[in-house]
Amino acid sequence: MALPQKPSKANYIWRMFANHAATALAVVSTILVVAPLVAIFFYLLYKGASSLNLNFFTKVPAPVGETGGGMANAIVGSGILLALSSLLGVPIGIGAGIYLSEFGRGGRLANFVRFTADVLNGVPSIVMGIAVYSLIVLPQKHFSALSGGVALGIMMIPTITRTTEEMLLMVPNAIREAALGLGVPNWRSVLAITLKTASPGVITGCMLAFARVAGETAPLLFTAFGNQFWSANINQPIAALPLQIYVYALSPYDEWHRLAWAGSLVLIVLIVVSVALVRYVTSRGVLKGAS
Amino acid sequence: MERGNSAMTDHGFRWLMLICALTIFAIVALIAWELFVRSQLTIHKFGLSFFVKQAWDPVNGNFGALPFIYGTLVSSIVALIIAVPLAVGVAVFLTEMCPKFLRGPLAFLTELLAAIPSVVYGLWAVFILVPILRNDINPFLMKTLGWTGFFTGPNYGIGMLAAGVILAIMILPIISSLTREVMSAVPHTQREAVLALGATRWEMIRMGVLRNARIGIVGSIILGLGRALGETIAVTMVIGNRPAIVKSLLGLGYSMASVIANEFSEASDDMYLSALIEIGLALFIVTIIVNAIARLLVWAVTRGAPPRVA
Amino acid sequence: MGVGIEVSQLNAWYGTNHALQDINLHIPANEATALIGPSGCGKSTFVRCLNRMHETNPVGKVTGIVRVGELDIYNDASPVEVRRRIGMVFQRPNPFPTMSIYDNVASGLRLNGFRNRRILDEVVERSLKHAALFDEVKDDLKKKSGASLSGGQQQRLCIARALAVDPEILLMDEPASALDPVSTAKIEDLIFQLKSQYTVVIVTHNMQQAARVAERTGFFLNGRLVEFDSTHKIFTNPGDKRTEDYITGRFG
Repeated sequence: MALPQKPSKANYIWRMFANHAATALAVVSTILVVAPLVAIFFYLLYKGASSLNLNFFTKVPAPVGETGGGMANAIVGSGILLALSSLLGVPIGIGAGIYLSEFGRGGRLANFVRFTADVLNGVPSIVMGIAVYSLIVLPQKHFSALSGGVALGIMMIPTITRTTEEMLLMVPNAIREAALGLGVPNWRSVLAITLKTASPGVITGCMLAFARVAGETAPLLFTAFGNQFWSANINQPIAALPLQIYVYALSPYDEWHRLAWAGSLVLIVLIVVSVALVRYVTSRGVLKGAS
Repeated sequence: MERGNSAMTDHGFRWLMLICALTIFAIVALIAWELFVRSQLTIHKFGLSFFVKQAWDPVNGNFGALPFIYGTLVSSIVALIIAVPLAVGVAVFLTEMCPKFLRGPLAFLTELLAAIPSVVYGLWAVFILVPILRNDINPFLMKTLGWTGFFTGPNYGIGMLAAGVILAIMILPIISSLTREVMSAVPHTQREAVLALGATRWEMIRMGVLRNARIGIVGSIILGLGRALGETIAVTMVIGNRPAIVKSLLGLGYSMASVIANEFSEASDDMYLSALIEIGLALFIVTIIVNAIARLLVWAVTRGAPPRVA
Repeated sequence: MGVGIEVSQLNAWYGTNHALQDINLHIPANEATALIGPSGCGKSTFVRCLNRMHETNPVGKVTGIVRVGELDIYNDASPVEVRRRIGMVFQRPNPFPTMSIYDNVASGLRLNGFRNRRILDEVVERSLKHAALFDEVKDDLKKKSGASLSGGQQQRLCIARALAVDPEILLMDEPASALDPVSTAKIEDLIFQLKSQYTVVIVTHNMQQAARVAERTGFFLNGRLVEFDSTHKIFTNPGDKRTEDYITGRFG
């Protein structure tokens, strides 16, 4: 059985050309994607490193026109907000993850929960801010660190739920069965054995959530609101690093721009370290104690 | 064996975990409720016309969200036009062409893009990207493509195009990593089938991988869209914050998320606040729908549901 | 018409694993040649060297000479050309699920630049007839997807797809091992008919199958070709004791 004609030479040349062109385009795309990343890091270092001094980490913002101020209150404020948010986000996230992995596996309810967690994850952070404003700030009639913490805490939940479930699912069933076989009550087995085995992974999941939430600005715009002075009162507005960066970036003062770059560098370093740590832990095999 | 006591604590424990899971429902419902309730004023006053009117006059209490919807849509579409080819290109490179030793580091780098906070993107965009646009790229575009009407008018640097570009950089990682996931889910036997017919590597990628993964790739694009629609801080810093509808991409604009970010704290009366919250409600509903569709599409491919003949 | 294959000093590796050692053989044209041997003996690796598929494995390496007719396929031709002229059917049927039956068969043609509707229609119909599938699917050519057929039909679809680009040789790597007995019988009948136009090389676990369809049989063991002779001789009076042990079921 013969083809009506042999494939033409021109066709063959075109195919080879298309093949090489596709490779070239793919390589170019990769370069174009990596380039902004490199550029951003470069500029952060270039513009931010020179501004990082002791003052940055110890002083509050100086009045306009004066130099020597810092973002110490914003760093501390972010820390407080992170702590508050984890009070809300970590227990609920881990609890939901435990439910999905240990009690609801495969059920329709579990699927709905997972789906809803994804939905929550996709809600724009500014909308989250509006909701918390409406829930807490309006009735209280003032901005507060508490409301900021709640907003950030809610945002943590989907990430922590998903990673907790994934890590728990990786614990072999043999371990659960061994515990039950010894007569250990289920709640104990889940907490002291299963969760403990998966704890490196669960902790890194929480760290991922922290890293994401630490950089959020929008939900804090009308909850934590920001503060130029030292404050550790959770019922008062509080400064946060991303918020401060945002305000400074939009200001007309060079001195504040300088601080914005420095603050961004600090933020990026913290986030990159967390992400790298997460990758390191998960790639090394999280469940060394499992088998 | 004393089962009685531990059975109760077991039961209680299970209920506690269930409550944690159900809290997620409660939170979403609560958000929806608050948004809905606090926007009642403008819902009642303007009804659906709120979304097609082009007015934003807080002083006189006249509100119409059309410019913001336009700004959100256009900046997102520009972002997709720029990001999708690049993201798919990176995905193809990393999955099918990249030498093994490069794959890990490059994948890590693209994931790192996803970890950069919005405010840092915004800062970089304001001080680095916008000047480049204003001084080099926009004049070039005005000269070569000005006849289309999309690249005309005063060149501020900031504006719709700047917002689209920074959004593109921000949604790239998610489109790319999901595309890589669905491409990897295509069975190796499909690749072999195409190669055995005498195909070049690109033809194998096109026919054996991309074609099979296309539903999932569409899903990842829609997910990127969802992210772009809701992005606030970086966009606010470069879009220009003017509630106008102009054809030129070099013109200033305003997005739904940006107007909320800028004007919420200044909202002096309840009607103003209600208008802003209603915009938030619209954003909430739209992003939920978009994300749901996207997740379903990606889920269909990675869970092995066979794709249909289109 | 089919052509013969001349293999000289073929060696193949998976990384450091020396999977094929010094294979020499001549596969006659227009005949069916069966390759048998226990799991892991290298017979699949061998056929994958014949159409240069082995090198698609990132750690795959090949040395030696394979001549298809007059052509040295490793040194004088590109893999793309080679694979069009030497078709392959795999152990598990792998039709393209997003394409209709028609598009599956036409896929190779379209790759080679054939767009003319009439030509495509004609070749698709001919290939499906050659693969003994046409009558069963002729009403649904464009309506049903390739994956919606039964296992045996899918495999015949894959055969039609391979035949559509007019190869001279058809390699079949355990084509019926995933199929039920009825489909297997259909495939074996098919091989009988295909022999007249193509050179067929079939890897099989099933010795009765080899005896039924092939004129010549090669026995592989641990990466070496132990014996290669007429099927009749291999199964009734094997020259090598190892062949005899395998045939009589003493191992593998």
